[in-house]
Amino acid sequence: MNQREKEEYLREYAVLKAQGKPFFPYIIVKDGVMMIVVIGTIMLLSLLLGGELTAKADATTTTYAPRPEWYYFWAFELLRVVKPPYLVGLATVGIPTIAILLLILLPFYDRNPERHPLRRPVATTAGIFIIGAMFFLSYLGAEAGAPSQIELGPPKAIRDAGGATLTKWDQGRKLVAQSSCGGCHKIGENGNDGPGPPLTEIGDRLKAGAIRETLINPTKPMPSFADLGADQIDKMAFFLASLKSDAEESHETVEELTKESGDSSSGTETPKTESQP
Amino acid sequence: MAKLKLLPSLPSGLKPATRPEDLAVKKQGPLGAVKDGGIHAVDWVDERTSLSGTMRWVMFRPIPKGTNWFYTLGTATMVAFINQVITGVVLGMYYEPSATRAYESMKYINNEVFLGEFVHGMHRWGSTVMVVLIFLHMARTFFFGAYKYPRELNWVIGVVLLVLTLLMSVTGYLLPFDQRAYWASVVAMNIAGNAPLVGPFTPDLALGGPDVTTLTLSRFYLIHMMIIPGALIALIGAHLYLVIKLGTTAPPWVRADKVSPGLKEHEE
Repeated sequence: MNQREKEEYLREYAVLKAQGKPFFPYIIVKDGVMMIVVIGTIMLLSLLLGGELTAKADATTTTYAPRPEWYYFWAFELLRVVKPPYLVGLATVGIPTIAILLLILLPFYDRNPERHPLRRPVATTAGIFIIGAMFFLSYLGAEAGAPSQIELGPPKAIRDAGGATLTKWDQGRKLVAQSSCGGCHKIGENGNDGPGPPLTEIGDRLKAGAIRETLINPTKPMPSFADLGADQIDKMAFFLASLKSDAEESHETVEELTKESGDSSSGTETPKTESQP
Repeated sequence: MAKLKLLPSLPSGLKPATRPEDLAVKKQGPLGAVKDGGIHAVDWVDERTSLSGTMRWVMFRPIPKGTNWFYTLGTATMVAFINQVITGVVLGMYYEPSATRAYESMKYINNEVFLGEFVHGMHRWGSTVMVVLIFLHMARTFFFGAYKYPRELNWVIGVVLLVLTLLMSVTGYLLPFDQRAYWASVVAMNIAGNAPLVGPFTPDLALGGPDVTTLTLSRFYLIHMMIIPGALIALIGAHLYLVIKLGTTAPPWVRADKVSPGLKEHEE
């Protein structure tokens, strides 16, 4: 804005102001109504949602999947989709820092004297685009399953077999979920899509034996899971080998199925991971 | 021709003049005496502070015509902040910032203290409401072009207020010290630790060591209830001062050249 534009604005604003009304009592009424609405909303939210606590903090749990507040989901999703390690630093710290700098400096690089949103097409489009992108990323972040959980039902064949086979499959599922496989592999709706290949249909390509070998002697950078012991690796391989494209997934969870058949011997029951409401 | 002055010409009553009608009030029974005393006390304070002028400057400033409900979002954000201050003080009366006691004290607030969970809930959800409102307020300022001359500095202060508010929500998230709080803070600190330059120092500074411990809790508590609130209150003061000094903007579609030229006659 040059000196002439500044003076023009001030002159116009002075006229508008002279035509206005005093803050008290005309404008303050609206603010008062808004105050009551805000406090009422907060009270209502508190009554409906309360201040619930999850279990006491425990540094030794490994299965807890932390979720940020919902208004950080867009940043959370940005983190999930940025894969190459050399870009992670940029995504986690760089993007927020750049965003804040761009916000702070906005009046200094946007020197257009125009104020009407329709007469500032670039600024208005950019604003709408950023808001849209934040909503979209927030939606994806909210939809994404936690990487330390696998929300897949057993394939039909295994469900029909029931009993020990079903229990073995479910133990395998839990072991895979807890062994941070989801950190690098996408499994169903859960887990990160990379750097490792998705495992949702791994059974098409590899048999249980080959998967067992891979778990013990993987290609770098995947770590070896030999420490878990033959029995556990066997269960994991069994579960992974069952993930096939043609396997019809049953929609009941194993908990529901075993409850129906009265089978309560599901050995290693682990605390179910909780996530932010 | 319109006046070029930014400041409104204040009502003539602004000047701390002696008001003969006040001095002439006669005592009429006990009620009259109380009224007389009240006026006297106000006058006494005003004579020494000239506060009445400030009050007039704040309350009777003209607001341009055409302002709408979007213009209450700033007030709404401030109300949410005041809610956080009051409920925060109540929670602080019972909360103990130590790794062994924090969770138990929160349980105590929820289960034993009269209306404890209600106040805790108001603080917890009040923070969400405040973040939403601050974003809406910022969107309004952006789309209406209200950050432009002469209000650039107020926009900068507003962005700093936004950052401080987000830091409040991060530090406050840990305080209940439940699983959700603990693991979210571990992740947040891992992210902060990745930052270039300052990254390696953040864990030492914020956590008091490599892990989330009692030291982290007391530091987050200190940041959450002293350092950032102090900065917030000071900056909100500056923000409001500039809003009042520079005046509320008119919506960008309200133009002065459409105003009838006989401005003076239309003044109320």
